[in-house]
Amino acid sequence: MPQTTERLHKAADPTLPKLMIVDRVRRETSDTFTIDLVEPDLAKTMSFLPGQFNMIGLPGIGEVPISISGDPESSRKIVHTIREVGEVTRALGRLKPGAQVMIRGPFGTSWPMDKAKGCDLVLVTGGIGLAPLRPVIYSVMHNRALYGRFVLLYGARTPEDVLFMKELAEWRSHFDFDLQITVDRAPTTWRNNVGVVSRLIPRAPFDPLDTVAMVCGPEVMIRYSVQELERCGVPGDSIFLSMERNMKCGVGLCGHCQLRGSFICLDGPVYSWDQMGRQMEIREL
Amino acid sequence: MESLARILAAHPFLEGMGQEHIEFITGCASNVVFNEGEFLYKQGSPVDKIYLLRHGRVAVQSFAPGRGPVTVDVATSGDLVGWSGLVGGGARFDVIALELVRAIALDSACLRAKCDADPKLGHAMFMRVADVLEHRLESTRVQLLDMYASNH
Repeated sequence: MPQTTERLHKAADPTLPKLMIVDRVRRETSDTFTIDLVEPDLAKTMSFLPGQFNMIGLPGIGEVPISISGDPESSRKIVHTIREVGEVTRALGRLKPGAQVMIRGPFGTSWPMDKAKGCDLVLVTGGIGLAPLRPVIYSVMHNRALYGRFVLLYGARTPEDVLFMKELAEWRSHFDFDLQITVDRAPTTWRNNVGVVSRLIPRAPFDPLDTVAMVCGPEVMIRYSVQELERCGVPGDSIFLSMERNMKCGVGLCGHCQLRGSFICLDGPVYSWDQMGRQMEIREL
Repeated sequence: MESLARILAAHPFLEGMGQEHIEFITGCASNVVFNEGEFLYKQGSPVDKIYLLRHGRVAVQSFAPGRGPVTVDVATSGDLVGWSGLVGGGARFDVIALELVRAIALDSACLRAKCDADPKLGHAMFMRVADVLEHRLESTRVQLLDMYASNH
């Protein structure tokens, strides 16, 4: 039996959505919000791995793939951070506590937390890309002794577009967490970095030959960040990225997210640069 | 003077430069400190000093009518600021200390004269400046892509 089909058969019924209740919706920036979902039966939980995503649906409107942005060790609430870019995401942003949504998942591959153990861990992210990496941050914080130096390099458009500002400030207070934020342009009151996030890479404290790098954000940002990581000496099989494509079924059947021989919803979204890098360099693929 | 040469040799911008050249340009160098809010350059003023930042951060700002001053770049320890001093240009932007800044100031006219007098030094210096410019140009081009915008 092919690996893809075998994995599909192992799942309970991945095409069948289940009901979840909105517990809280909070605004992060002008176009981004975080929504906490709970099971109708509060005793139930949903476990997931950092980097995985759910299909969230609203009957009569549609269904969208959204990465889980919450703490993997606190599975009672399932947390998603969503940017309003279309009809479904805008409708999700208008929901109030107590509203119902349909959810399928979690789907996809996860960030390589095991491979990162004992190594320096460098997260390079931009814009909404911080959300799929937040579970990694929680996970490292819970198990800090398992990792070497821990670096987060985060880029946003302007200071107003920086996500999770309170948490970033709290994380920054940890002496063993090197966190740098940069924006593309800023008013004079901004005291952090200005410039593209890839510029922060050569200055970050990590041993390139003993590092796992996780890169998440717009594809342009991923390409330039990987170039800089490779220039610093990080091998391609130690660089991981999260791909974003038009995922529909979430289980590798419909082919909407197929990229050559790979279904991103099933074989991704997390890939190593060695697996995916060459394909990212092909225009319009 | 001896310790200034050592500090220069340790600065990332001059990494790998021969001792002879380091000693040659030390005559153009001085230690400087800027307090938070002090200007390294004001837009339009001559760039009579080139700064090698050793500690602290500076903001590169421009005044946009109707928007006020906007920070377009931030340089930090290990960076060079004021490369246009090497080609005799004036400051295109305001550069202001965001915190206490320690730097080595290289007198622009003195450095230009030494580069003219010793073409090997001139070549080594301009190769380093070209590397700085290449990185800044690439960064600026990526910034122009506005890659975090909603439609991306």
